[in-house]
Amino acid sequence: MHPKSCHKLEGQNLSCTRDDRELFAGLGFAVHPGQVLLLEGNNGSGKTSLLRIICGFREPDTGTVSWGEEAIPHYQYYSDMAYVGHLDGIKKELTVLENLKLSQALSQSGRLTIQQALDKVRLSGYEDTLIQALSAGQKRRLSLARLLITHNVLWILDEPFTSLDKQGITLMESLMAEHCANGGMIVMTSHHDIDLNGVDVQRIRLS
Amino acid sequence: MALFDAFTAIVRRDLVLALRRRSECANPVLFFILVITLFPLGIGAQPKLLQAIAPGIIWVSALLATMLSLDSLFRSDFDDGSLEQILLSPYPTSILVLGKITAHWLTTGLPLLIVAPLLAVFLGLPNQSLSILLLTLALGTPILSLIGAVGVALTVGLRRGGMILSLLVLPLYVPVLIFASNAVEMAGSGLPVAAQINILVSMLLMALVLAPWPTAAALKMSINS
Repeated sequence: MHPKSCHKLEGQNLSCTRDDRELFAGLGFAVHPGQVLLLEGNNGSGKTSLLRIICGFREPDTGTVSWGEEAIPHYQYYSDMAYVGHLDGIKKELTVLENLKLSQALSQSGRLTIQQALDKVRLSGYEDTLIQALSAGQKRRLSLARLLITHNVLWILDEPFTSLDKQGITLMESLMAEHCANGGMIVMTSHHDIDLNGVDVQRIRLS
Repeated sequence: MALFDAFTAIVRRDLVLALRRRSECANPVLFFILVITLFPLGIGAQPKLLQAIAPGIIWVSALLATMLSLDSLFRSDFDDGSLEQILLSPYPTSILVLGKITAHWLTTGLPLLIVAPLLAVFLGLPNQSLSILLLTLALGTPILSLIGAVGVALTVGLRRGGMILSLLVLPLYVPVLIFASNAVEMAGSGLPVAAQINILVSMLLMALVLAPWPTAAALKMSINS
């Protein structure tokens, strides 16, 4: 399904200090196709900082993150990854369709069309609705639809279950399981217990 | 070409956004008109004096109107996370940023250009310098947007970056102001202005090539904090 699913995400000897407080040090991990890396830890333990390092927004104080044997950031990495963070990254004055079209233009087309993705996240019929008229959970589902319409192998998700209802959580879990079954990879943080049957989940506990 | 599609998608998005936030977007041009109409009232019945300082008035107002609009260039994208998504695009950030700057000019610089002839007549600017005024505005306002973008990108992560932004950007705006208003003044007296126009063209080309990179780098820094 995914053309370049032979890549792996690797972190070596990562450390991060914030305001003279060491969040983590000597951290290493490797994520292979079909695997999930779940970051656990209390508030302020550095989960988001680690995710932002993996995104390339922030430079680690020591260590490297590499994708396909090459240290990030590089072109191949950014065309293979997708990020859903605390901020939705969707424009509230635009419609659902306009937002998704922009995401598609900024990346390469993925395996689903916009219509198929909207059906999947149960937002079909909302194409021409302005985002400001959507609820928080619907906005979240829209930013998850973005994962489906663009080409990507690696999903980086910061608390993807926030403001989703029970159905939404089940939906999200099935999408994640499907992504991994197709050779995708996921790095995520979550306070919820995730239930992905049959998927290889690695856990890192930050304290 | 995919990169060009991404560029036009950004331009189109920002134009649609400007259209949906009409009142916010009309601010700079309203400011421009207001300041210029206040000058004749403040100076009184001295048409000669007004005519002499008209190039300066128009250019200073254009400069301040652009300054006023700068903060909105990256603010909303920074606040709602769109900027993160733009930075994570596989396409070069500098090109996408150039798309945003283009849209900024189309929504703030271009309207100034459109209302300027009317205001020039209002201030009694000689007819022969009208075309030069338009030419300097057409060349100069994109420079203001490009240089301004670097400043905004550096300050967008700060809570109250407004004052620092003006301190950063205003000195860089001064050469544009000097050459542009000088050209309009000279044209009024029938003198050749090729030198000033050439300098403005070269400044525009330099800004076009050199501004997007530091803007992209500064945005990456701002998102990091």
